[in-house]
Amino acid sequence: MRALGFATRSFIILLAAGTVLASRPAWPAVDAAPARLSETGLYVPGTKRIDPSLVSFRPQYPLWSDGATKRRWLFIPPGTSIDAAGPGGWDFPVGTRLWKEFSYGLPVETRLIERLADGTWRYVAYVWRPDLGDALLAPADGIADLAVPTTPGGRYTIPSEDDCRACHEGPAVPVLGLSALQLSADRDPLVRHLDEIDPNELDLVALHEAGLIRNLPAALLDTPPRIDSASATERAALGYLHANCGHCHNADGALALLEMTLHVDSSVAEVRRTLTGVKSDFRMHGFDRRIVPGLPHASVLALRMRSREPLEQMPPLGTRFKDDEGIALVERWIREDLILAQGEANDEIDQSN
Amino acid sequence: MKSINRISLAAFAAIAAGAAVANDSASPALDAEKVARGKYLVTIGACHDCHTPWIDGPNGPELDMSRMLSGHPADRAIASPPAMIETPWVVQVNDTNTAWAGPSGVSFTANLTPDRETGLGNWTFRSAKDTIRSGRHLGRGREILPPMPYIMYRQMTDEDLEAVFTFLQSIPPIENLVPDPLPPMVAQAQ
Ligand code: HEC
Repeated sequence: MRALGFATRSFIILLAAGTVLASRPAWPAVDAAPARLSETGLYVPGTKRIDPSLVSFRPQYPLWSDGATKRRWLFIPPGTSIDAAGPGGWDFPVGTRLWKEFSYGLPVETRLIERLADGTWRYVAYVWRPDLGDALLAPADGIADLAVPTTPGGRYTIPSEDDCRACHEGPAVPVLGLSALQLSADRDPLVRHLDEIDPNELDLVALHEAGLIRNLPAALLDTPPRIDSASATERAALGYLHANCGHCHNADGALALLEMTLHVDSSVAEVRRTLTGVKSDFRMHGFDRRIVPGLPHASVLALRMRSREPLEQMPPLGTRFKDDEGIALVERWIREDLILAQGEANDEIDQSN
Repeated sequence: MKSINRISLAAFAAIAAGAAVANDSASPALDAEKVARGKYLVTIGACHDCHTPWIDGPNGPELDMSRMLSGHPADRAIASPPAMIETPWVVQVNDTNTAWAGPSGVSFTANLTPDRETGLGNWTFRSAKDTIRSGRHLGRGREILPPMPYIMYRQMTDEDLEAVFTFLQSIPPIENLVPDPLPPMVAQAQ
């Protein structure tokens, strides 16, 4: 019970058995991850220079991480490439590695996910030493409450391996920020980026031209993909929900049973259908609709974005502080765009009567 | 503490009652062996203790099998937690053994029957496995509250977890909308 403190943790143990047993399930055993970030292939050995064979990229809709700035790199083993043919998402070759560095002024943590020889993915985190000489492998249980002076509130959470899986294994393919939409050159002008632009970063076309991806539909290369929406606000709001919620809330992943999709692979009409006027399993402040068009304060989706109570907050992990800009955007969409859309739907009903 | 005595009482009673936890409604399509194994595990794993409400019987508290594994009864609304108890005591439990007040607020045991709207009727095996293994709702939502002993249950093999889930899907669905937990702040404010 990371969020709820020591008393609670002892409460569980007390009630569970009275004896402390090993608390970790057995995930498949594989070669251990390197103990230091400097041994993972991110840097030119002996230097702090990023290995030039790595690809830098920046998703156009970033995940909110409490105001952290992030840098991201991809390694695809020589002679292999990502296969974009399958309907279930991009297939990354064995040996693929992705790093993400989180900074608040100074780097705090670098995460690495890697596709192993047996096809499974390994998730590890490296915590930067205060002298920034290297970053060290974090325990699989994560670090619930690390003191980091430069973060908001001065505290920081290193995710556990379970936390990594919670988000990354929501969809079929655990690579979340690297997709046709996220790398599209048709960038959403309403998205404000905290991250610095890396002049070497690759977009979708560049990835293709570098031979790192095959079987990409020609249409995606001819016309950079963008969210098909009724307004600029809707485009940005759906992009935000896609990047921050869509990895769990989609039509075919682990949470398909909720029948709630915030993933833009589904059509905008489908996203609206699963949200507006639909009953929420979770009730909050007496409200029980996912979205009430026109009324963000009565929409559980917006209420949960605003909350950072552990039982209520969305996303449920990876953030301690709400994203005011993201909330304002989504609430504007609920208030202005969805009310309009509902008006039109009512007009149609009126006309057909 | 009467409430703590009652927990151990409940644990023993549940094991003793194992044989009585009969269920003949398994659909023939379900693997009968798996269902039997799951029923055995649910019994010795003491799931009934917390997930089947207790009633006062002629010989004292007993499981109300007419509401088998359906969680905290919706008709037993609990609007506010009990007054805090003195240290070193930490937990208080209501008379159905389904509402638990402690440092993390008040938690209500879940409806494990296959009712689609209020139970696990729309869960897949993956939903159950991800939940128990991670200690998060459906493997990705909020953390599961005490006293659900997932730290122990997460150590079950995949095979056993599947048997438990298969059994739970085979029992009679009971419509019972369990309330949301009361957070600790609410618990303290009252
Ligand atoms: C000591 C009491 C206790 C025992 C024993 C217990 N549970 Fe629970 N269980 C709870 C409580 C309380 C909750 C609700 C927790 C919450 O709301 O976070 C719960 C919730 C659950 C959930 C719902 C999780 C969700 O996210 O919806 C499942 C599934 C579950 N238990 C299965 C089991 C199974 C299977 C067993 C037996 C192997 C079992 N429980 C034994 C107390 C218990």
